[in-house]
Amino acid sequence: MSGFDQTLLDEADETVRVRLIVNGRKVTCEVAPRDTLVDCLRDKLELTGTHAGCEMGACGACLVQIDGRAVHSCLVFAVQADGATIDTIEGLSESGVIADLQAEFHRRNALQCGFCTPGMLVNAQELLSRVTQPNREEIRDALSGNYCRCTGYETIVDAIDAVAKARSKGGGAA
Amino acid sequence: MVTNLASRLMSRWISEETAVKARAFSYFRAATIDQALDAHARAGDDARFIAGGQSLVPALSLRLQAPRLLIDITHIDELRGVRREGSHLRIGALTRHCEMLSEPLIAEFAPLLHAAAPFVAHPAIRNRGTFGGSVALADPASEFPAMTLALDAEIEIAAPSGRRRIKADDFFIDLFETALQPGELITAIHVPLFKADQRFAFDELARRRGDYALVGCGMVATFTGERIDDIRISFFSVGNTPTRVKGAEATLIGSSLDPERIAAAQGALEGDLAPLDSDEVPPAMRLHLARVLLGRLLGRLGEGA
Ligand SMILES: Cc1cc2nc3c(=O)[nH]c(=O)nc-3n(C[C@H](O)[C@H](O)[C@H](O)COP(=O)(O)OP(=O)(O)OC[C@H]3O[C@@H](n4cnc5c(N)ncnc54)[C@H](O)[C@@H]3O)c2cc1C
Ligand code: FES
Ligand code: FES
Repeated sequence: MSGFDQTLLDEADETVRVRLIVNGRKVTCEVAPRDTLVDCLRDKLELTGTHAGCEMGACGACLVQIDGRAVHSCLVFAVQADGATIDTIEGLSESGVIADLQAEFHRRNALQCGFCTPGMLVNAQELLSRVTQPNREEIRDALSGNYCRCTGYETIVDAIDAVAKARSKGGGAA
Repeated sequence: MVTNLASRLMSRWISEETAVKARAFSYFRAATIDQALDAHARAGDDARFIAGGQSLVPALSLRLQAPRLLIDITHIDELRGVRREGSHLRIGALTRHCEMLSEPLIAEFAPLLHAAAPFVAHPAIRNRGTFGGSVALADPASEFPAMTLALDAEIEIAAPSGRRRIKADDFFIDLFETALQPGELITAIHVPLFKADQRFAFDELARRRGDYALVGCGMVATFTGERIDDIRISFFSVGNTPTRVKGAEATLIGSSLDPERIAAAQGALEGDLAPLDSDEVPPAMRLHLARVLLGRLLGRLGEGA
């Protein structure tokens, strides 16, 4: 009736199987309940494009899409994501949906060490899918949780701004 | 000391002995409210409900908390959805911060929450954080708990002994302490429908966009013409709990928003607020910022904002 099995309490560190659709492929993964999604992606699935920085929601390096929305993978336990669809920077790159953003980041030196870049791209993609023509203020606002220790942000905002304009004209960024 | 989770987490992070992995726990995904309550009780209350996890996961990672059992409540349908119920809007506990921006019923009938939402954290955190989680946590620096006070909202609670509703005025007790007992679940928050003779205003002062506010404030007023019949003003980041400023409210009721009235309300804040000493912001500065913010918001209210 209750659905809760008391023996569960003695199995704190035993792994459980989670099923995910990661970058379009069905995968199953053995995780401990305390494993975060970012650790699962990097250590178990060897998708190391998602970066782990602060591991407490402050830096934005670990952003992925869960069911189409940008989420910090350090603030989700992998067990919570059981049954979810996850797209990482690898999937977004392979599918080509962010090719214009990547090219523009490259062209404008919007990355240096690249640690923050996957998170920046996931967030930029989410912004552009919700707002067709964001102004610079809105771009900055959307990136407020993404730290970059290298670029000074200006070129990142420039790149996203350029892609937003190009996309709303119906073409890719030049 | 006025504190909030982010800065506490940050200082832990910077001060060496940082654990960034949670202690081992068991995980249970509840399908119903009864299952969630039952699981909590059977873990001897050494359990935590997890909703958006945007405050709980960092707290677990830093081992500020280390429960035996995590009960995932995000698959409980009854906690979801926004709907009209008579003179109220029933906002399910699992309503995400981002839905405060996208849900038309909120924009129309609880515009104060719609206005506050962009100030809550960053977009990706808003995609997951929930209204119920924010109110349950009762961070004194958070926007939504304070807005439940301004809105005269009621918190709907499920306990093993049954359901009850409690006024926001009676809900927030002390720092991170509420009328919610361990093992009790917030199921929804009921907000009176915004009416044609009402006006609202919201704003906050923060160092950077997305940071917790140095001082924030939201208000709802009922007018006859330009005369205020009723007003509720609530501040956050000013003490141990979200705080209504009843002295300032009293100076405004029955009058219109002329400059003298606004100045009187600003003056009353000294009696209403007693900001605590903090490393970050001296009490006198916080009180000053609160006055500035109140003046601005009442000005907007007078312009029909
Ligand atoms: C970097 C960062 C910045 C942030 N900035 C802000 C900000 O500016 N303003 C702000 O308001 N918040 C901010 N937050 C916090 C965020 O809004 C959280 O989403 C919110 O505080 C908690 O909601 P949650 O659903 O994530 O709750 P959880 O983290 O899942 O839970 C929080 C607590 O509430 C309990 N709980 C959750 N749901 C219920 C329920 N229905 N009934 C009973 N108990 C429950 C949990 O057991 C836990 O103790 C920030 C977070 C981060 C990581
Ligand atoms: S690693 Fe997730 S936000 Fe920093
Ligand atoms: S490019 Fe180095 S952190 Fe952004």
